Amino acid sequence: MSTMGALEKQRYLLDFSLSSLGRRKGKNIALVVVYTFVIFLLASVLFFTHSLKKEASLILRDAPEITVQKLAAGRQELIPAHYIDSLERIRGVQSVAPRLWGYYYDALSGANYTLMVNGALKDRAGEIIIGNGVSRRSATGKRSRSLRKNDIIPFKTYDGSVLTLKVKGLFSHASELTTSDLILVSETDFKKIFSIADGQATDLVLQVRNSKELATIGAKITQLHPDTRSILREDILRTYDVVFDWRGGVIILVLSSAFFAFIILAWDKATGLSAEEKREIGVLKAIGWETSDILLMKFWEGAAVSLSSFFLGIILAYLHIFLASAMLFEPVLKGWSVLYPEFRLTPYINGYQIAVLFFLTVIPYTVATIVPSWRSATIDPDSVMRM
Amino acid sequence: MFARKSDGFFTALLAGGVLLGLMFADAAISQRLDLDSVRRRREVVRVLTLTDLCLFTEARYTRHPSMADLHAPFQEHPMSLEHFPSGAVMAVPPHLNRRESAPRTQR
Repeated sequence: MSTMGALEKQRYLLDFSLSSLGRRKGKNIALVVVYTFVIFLLASVLFFTHSLKKEASLILRDAPEITVQKLAAGRQELIPAHYIDSLERIRGVQSVAPRLWGYYYDALSGANYTLMVNGALKDRAGEIIIGNGVSRRSATGKRSRSLRKNDIIPFKTYDGSVLTLKVKGLFSHASELTTSDLILVSETDFKKIFSIADGQATDLVLQVRNSKELATIGAKITQLHPDTRSILREDILRTYDVVFDWRGGVIILVLSSAFFAFIILAWDKATGLSAEEKREIGVLKAIGWETSDILLMKFWEGAAVSLSSFFLGIILAYLHIFLASAMLFEPVLKGWSVLYPEFRLTPYINGYQIAVLFFLTVIPYTVATIVPSWRSATIDPDSVMRM
Repeated sequence: MFARKSDGFFTALLAGGVLLGLMFADAAISQRLDLDSVRRRREVVRVLTLTDLCLFTEARYTRHPSMADLHAPFQEHPMSLEHFPSGAVMAVPPHLNRRESAPRTQR
């Protein structure tokens, strides 16, 4: 048979398969809907976690090289500022800077804020710079608008008094993924709110001359101060590489439920054909169709269902994650948080993700449709029709 | 509309392929357009010495997972089990699980 003839034969088989699918319209539409949803869920998780990981690896590349925390009975506690002198003497350390930061629960809005001391506010006690999430959450009660420049936020200090700080600036919306709950304050105000004595810091951040020496310097710090632990920049980057790993946490639950739904779907197909389908195969064999023709027809049926679902599922997942800001995942991500960052992820997708989805869904389904047909197509047409 | 059913199928397949291609084109364009804002976010991280993304604000160990210790999720009591929903979404930072001979990071 010439190539054109072979192609024409495939087209006729495809025409027949599509007509055959059309005869069981309701069942096949339901199948496509369920199948599309499974692929949509898998693709959404893959796109979301990959883009978030990529975003984290790009923006946290300039995170502190080494962060030194002091531990007491397994918990982090304030580190004395005199540790700075000994750390500065370690060969290869360029600078050591104290960081003062902590969490503040705002009883008015019910949100948790991250308060951090910033050098730019050194001589500007009473002023704060806030993230977009803070401006949204603090505007509760009678006020319906977001907080703006020159508005005030009252803070209840640890000694029971109230300290009112004036908003002198807001972070841009673009930085919401890192600054949504952040409030920058002066050192004086921070110490007033948390009643922290002088000569103490939350942790210390180190800059080193040669980034290849990070691990060695980290080990030297622990040797010098056994009550501390050092977190390297690579630890921070690896945290975000693993934290949204699709093989961990609740993500594996979502994926496994979608995958099991798919297994049930494929199992239903693989365990046998309906009586109507079997009769159809019997009639086709009786009128002279070869077994290979029947298998090809079933292959085209499987391919038509799975390819349509595959394209639909992937495109809907892309729209869901990158245009609708992962709307369906929001309740899972929000949890009990009152303050939630509003961000739009940059789409980082690649051929590997598409290939993984293709081989996990389209191939098994197509194979699952051929196997039972092969079993029916190899038995006598007369007995198949009598079944 | 189509003379043969297979014509409709191939057209739909082609449309799917084109949409997939457009998806990649949109991703490439968005990445290019977002370069500047990524640079700005990176600058914010560098200047403010930030260590984590602000994804979950409900618990301190999910707000700053890279800074948390293993005991933080258990709050103030040994029987106070980790209960924040975000704790179920995230995996444990790998440096907390590292078993090493050098005492670089205490668990």
